[in-house]
Amino acid sequence: MPQADIETAKQVCARHDDRAEALIEILHDVQTRHKCVSDDAARVIAHELNISRAEIQGVRSFYADFTTEPHDPNRLRLCRAEACQSVGADRLAAELDKAGIAHEAVYCLGNCALGPAALIGETLIGRASVDVLAAALGKADSDD
Amino acid sequence: MTEPLTLYLPRDAAARSVGADAVADRLEAVAQQRGIELSLIRTGSRGMMWLEPLLEIERDGVRQGFGPVGDGDVDALFDQGLADTHALALGPVEALSWMQAQTRLLYRRCGVIDPLDLDAFQASGGLTGLRAALAQSPAATIEAVTASGLRGRGGAGFPAGIKWKTAADAPGGQKYICCNADEGDSGTFADRMLIEGDPGLLIEGMVIAGLAVGATQGLIYLRSEYPDAIATLRAAISAWESRGWLGDDILGSGKSFHLTLRRGAGSYVCGEESAMLESLEGKRGEVRVKPPIPAISGLFGKPTIVNNVLTLASVPDILANGATAYQALGNERSRGTQAFQLAGNIKRGGLFEAPFGLSLRELIETHGGGTRSGRPIRAVQVGGPLGAYLPASMLDLPLEYEAFAAAGAMLGHGGIVVFDDTVDMARQAEFAMEFCAEESCGKCTPCRIGSVRGAETLAKVRRGEDVEANLALVEELCTVLTDGSLCAMGGLTPMPVMSVLRHFREDFQPRPLQSDKTVVD
Repeated sequence: MPQADIETAKQVCARHDDRAEALIEILHDVQTRHKCVSDDAARVIAHELNISRAEIQGVRSFYADFTTEPHDPNRLRLCRAEACQSVGADRLAAELDKAGIAHEAVYCLGNCALGPAALIGETLIGRASVDVLAAALGKADSDD
Repeated sequence: MTEPLTLYLPRDAAARSVGADAVADRLEAVAQQRGIELSLIRTGSRGMMWLEPLLEIERDGVRQGFGPVGDGDVDALFDQGLADTHALALGPVEALSWMQAQTRLLYRRCGVIDPLDLDAFQASGGLTGLRAALAQSPAATIEAVTASGLRGRGGAGFPAGIKWKTAADAPGGQKYICCNADEGDSGTFADRMLIEGDPGLLIEGMVIAGLAVGATQGLIYLRSEYPDAIATLRAAISAWESRGWLGDDILGSGKSFHLTLRRGAGSYVCGEESAMLESLEGKRGEVRVKPPIPAISGLFGKPTIVNNVLTLASVPDILANGATAYQALGNERSRGTQAFQLAGNIKRGGLFEAPFGLSLRELIETHGGGTRSGRPIRAVQVGGPLGAYLPASMLDLPLEYEAFAAAGAMLGHGGIVVFDDTVDMARQAEFAMEFCAEESCGKCTPCRIGSVRGAETLAKVRRGEDVEANLALVEELCTVLTDGSLCAMGGLTPMPVMSVLRHFREDFQPRPLQSDKTVVD
């Protein structure tokens, strides 16, 4: 792990006063900066918070948001919960597969009257279709 | 000098999800081209999602609406001087039947003011409840909450006053107010809309709760799937702090209350209060064995109030206008207003705040306009993924806690998801088990293993294998989950499953293999 990354992880912990109760916030912040919570980062956090690496691993693996490998912050997450199912989210998922557009499942984005709903990065999309999502993905990439 | 043109447009995530930002950009650009000085106020949402983006202009003190507005409509709207003859003109927003039929207590500022404008908040009655609480004893505040009949809006419906009194009476130094904003139920967005549209109301409710039970620390657990709500609430908390409305000297009273926002991390079970407390302590979101209840031993083992967003947001009004006025709304033991959320396959979906007691049919057919697809309603799931599926024949059920309980259903957090007649109910039952398997915290065996076995068995049923014997097995599993699970995740997963068995049994009859099966991954 580059020294700079170690320093960012330490800074994140320091911003939360090195308190173990803020672990989930810390993991979020580290993930935002590094696109994942790597084992190296987990080691630094464990040291700073004075808790075991096993505890960090337990928390990291419990929550769906955290990944050990870098992920694309602009990845497409499609809501697969009931309200979106009722307006064809499962069918949309199959169409995305066919169109070769990668997507992950998420359960409820709070846009249940305007489904199917999806999230690209932090941008919420309503009444999603393959066309709408393809256009939004293109825009997210060009904005970077 | 002429007054600037003042327009109102939501900044709510749902409105943004269908193009509100593009409309805002276009409004600014066109105003500049035409040399018009524009003051664009970004508000929360009125909750009429089918009209989003809903643009409003105030004329003679009345807000006139246009919607749904696309960025391509902006030029024409300006050409016609935003006249009420424009094709998108809706007339006075508050005169729309959807608005007229509601009793908006919680959401009265939503869609009206800039959620971060503290002056507008105060000018529209904000802080009245908090000032009343500061002027009376904590016991009097608790008494008012108890007398109002307010019950927890998270789903369980526990009387708020009793919970507050328990925490107030509990010995133990530091106490906490924890707001559960982990609104994971599909079909619900009431917490999100309130936080994005009127975060001050929630903060005011939390400060009042803190004063009432003697807690100086508050935490809000807000799900990470709501990035807009997180940003708005963060900004609101710091605005309150800089005004001295939060902190060590609330409104110059010498009383102290500090508020911290904590994000969830994609776990549904963390909406369960004890799992949420674990998560707030920085741990895996595994449920705790109760008792002790959180009001006695909660966050870090200290007396803790855990209330839903809407429960806490109901409190300022109770203190400002009196418990009697609040208690006068609703039916039987369901008092006050409930934020119903019309979702799924619905023509006019959105948030509808009304006293308890109106029927599902009135809400779905009269106000919601039936299905979006135009096909007949087949099923309605009320109360989130752990709520029952009701057939169209039960739409006359009144929306109140006891009537739903008697029908083997629950109101939960007020989410109503409509399905048309293309739905495969056997698949919905299977999904309920899959969801439980995916989201179970794993602490207790019935939930952890029962859900996996349930999903497998229902998959067999859907393949036509030994249907009756396997359905008997599912029923037995459901009994074990109901009786043996530690929390509502495992305990209530049988509710949707059994409701399908009860009301839609025909969907389990052997049929050609479905090719649309999706797997929870």
